[in-house]
Amino acid sequence: MLVEKIKGALRLSAVSPDAARQGLEPGLTLADARARVPAVRAVPALPDADDRLLGELLTDFDRFSPMIALDLPHGLILDVTGCAHLFGGEVGLMQAVQDRLARAGLHHRCALTSTPQAARALARFGLGGILPCGAERPVLRRLPVRALELEERDDLALRRAGLKRLADLDDRPRASLAARFGADFPARLARILGDEDIRITPHRPPPPVYADRLFFDPISLDADVQAVLADLLQETTARLEEARLGGRVFEAIFYRTDGKIRRIGLSVARATRNVSSVARLYRERLAHLDHPLDPGFGFDQIRMVVRQVEALLPLQSSLEDAPDASVRLDELVDQLVARLGPEAVLRFQPHGSHIPERSAGWISGRGTPTPVEPPSDRDPEDPPLRPLHLFNPPQPVETMAEAPDGHPFRFRWRRQVHNVARAEGPERIAGEWWRAPGQKTRDYYRVEDTQGHRFWLFRQGAYGEDSPPRWFIHGLFA
Amino acid sequence: MPLPLSAQISGDSACSRAGTPLGALSTPGVHEFYALSGADAVSTHGFGLGVMLSGRPGAGLVWVVHDLTGMETGRPHGAGLQEMGIQPQDLLLVRARNIATLLGVGEDALRTPGVEAVLLSAWGEDRALNLTAGRRLGLLARSGNKRLFLSRAAAAPRASPAESRWSIQSAASTPLMAGAPGRPAFSATLLRHRRGAPLRTWTMEWDREARSFVEPAPVSGRLAALATQRPAAGPTGLRRTG
Repeated sequence: MLVEKIKGALRLSAVSPDAARQGLEPGLTLADARARVPAVRAVPALPDADDRLLGELLTDFDRFSPMIALDLPHGLILDVTGCAHLFGGEVGLMQAVQDRLARAGLHHRCALTSTPQAARALARFGLGGILPCGAERPVLRRLPVRALELEERDDLALRRAGLKRLADLDDRPRASLAARFGADFPARLARILGDEDIRITPHRPPPPVYADRLFFDPISLDADVQAVLADLLQETTARLEEARLGGRVFEAIFYRTDGKIRRIGLSVARATRNVSSVARLYRERLAHLDHPLDPGFGFDQIRMVVRQVEALLPLQSSLEDAPDASVRLDELVDQLVARLGPEAVLRFQPHGSHIPERSAGWISGRGTPTPVEPPSDRDPEDPPLRPLHLFNPPQPVETMAEAPDGHPFRFRWRRQVHNVARAEGPERIAGEWWRAPGQKTRDYYRVEDTQGHRFWLFRQGAYGEDSPPRWFIHGLFA
Repeated sequence: MPLPLSAQISGDSACSRAGTPLGALSTPGVHEFYALSGADAVSTHGFGLGVMLSGRPGAGLVWVVHDLTGMETGRPHGAGLQEMGIQPQDLLLVRARNIATLLGVGEDALRTPGVEAVLLSAWGEDRALNLTAGRRLGLLARSGNKRLFLSRAAAAPRASPAESRWSIQSAASTPLMAGAPGRPAFSATLLRHRRGAPLRTWTMEWDREARSFVEPAPVSGRLAALATQRPAAGPTGLRRTG
């Protein structure tokens, strides 16, 4: 049993079934409980840890149905519409849930009914179990009025009036009950008795399309996993095709026998229903994971989820037509992103900042950069004013023989001396003071050494200041 | 095999007679560019990009850069690419952690129909860059009728099944007014050509507007001296590997 400090006294907050049989109940002080049952074992209640455990269960129970939500306190609620056949019917499903809970070492009570409120009431205030469709009402009517979970005051009023079971209320006109206990009272009653059905709000939005495979013998071989993924993709894409949709974001969920779950997502540049290309991307992705997929003692379930869909009309593909070039390039980008990660596949997008480090951002290879017009005031004969390669951060150089406010005539970089043959500058670039104050102004020079190598040098600071100016190499021209 | 006479002719006498080496680079397959020294790596990249752009629509270009190159020469700079005349939507840049990845990306790109040409920039020697890798890339490139340019820096030219092998060097530019450095200038020496193009050295400049290589402007009465048209350090010993 668990104890918690309530109103200045240590009181029982929850009791085990054994303790309950001995007559202990929540709310009793610890001293009273000890007096009644001396052998009682008290453990401090840890509500945060309870919540965490419940959260883990929530993720794990995703395997039974994607429509799952917390049902506080200490409950989970699953919408298993259309899921039961996967586990051999409702009885099989219930058995699977109970096995899993028992293995986790939890006391539990499960109920399966037509509406979520009825299931909650049956699990918390009844005996649980499966109520067959159509035969639910008599059982639910026998539940105590406490199942309505009214406020203490209303609950007491009902019991004083001699209304002990839901049946007593159900037989009375609703209007007078609503007048006495509030407008939402009939609705509560109707929901529990199955007259009104509302859906649960799932913990995470259910995927538009998904497919599942359960294994009686857990699988762990790579080849098996690949085959299952291809199968699942076949199934999901068939469904996408019916709905004239294409998948943009896929997720494979691997349920390990020990309860660990690994989700591996994959996104593609344009909506697709092509099984072989997505399967190939998954092969790439699985082969190049930072933390390889560890099957442990095997996976007992794999689910393929299409998280994001887009309209994709069926295309008439003719035999002669080569696929559109841009489509194929997108496939390459997807493949490389799956293998190397999004930060390795890039396109450049110039944008308006005069600071060299910021002026040409690299964007994801999936993005579509906008074409840029060259500045109109440039002479076509002009050489490039920005280097092909840029050092970030700039590299310091040692300069020799410089004229104040001019370019150096010689500099040493990477232990090599370069004699400057030609130079142009300075191009003064001030710091972006609105981003960070105190940035020093830089004077940039394009210089070419006697070997024909072209550099972009800058001087930070000016002569006559406290510290002498420093020279850096910022980039290399072709 | 003794070098043909034309290989020994280099510098301005040959340059004034011929245009650009693009003819020798137009065959599908692998073409290797060796930077003469580490400092010429950026020029080699510039040359490779120029070859990919010139005379073609220049869309669907893939540039795969070895991460080590980024450390040695800095990372490719978008504004600089733009100043070469490349449109952002035409170039896909891929960063490769090691040579094996670099080659793998190259193969994937060659297999993709939307890709027109590929430039691989590798730094240093690596066992993965062997005959097998060269032959695989060559087969893929020829079957897809594409060109793959392999830029090598800090590596010595070696035998390979490539279509052609070049040594690239930065050349002194034609100075502008007031002694400012001019347009990018390259000196390219053909070391070996599978179809027997004459081996020689070209010196050329990159013209952004025309998106092509041009001969350096004829020496006018400006500052330029004749000597500046030559590769600044002079060609250093042609190699006879292949």
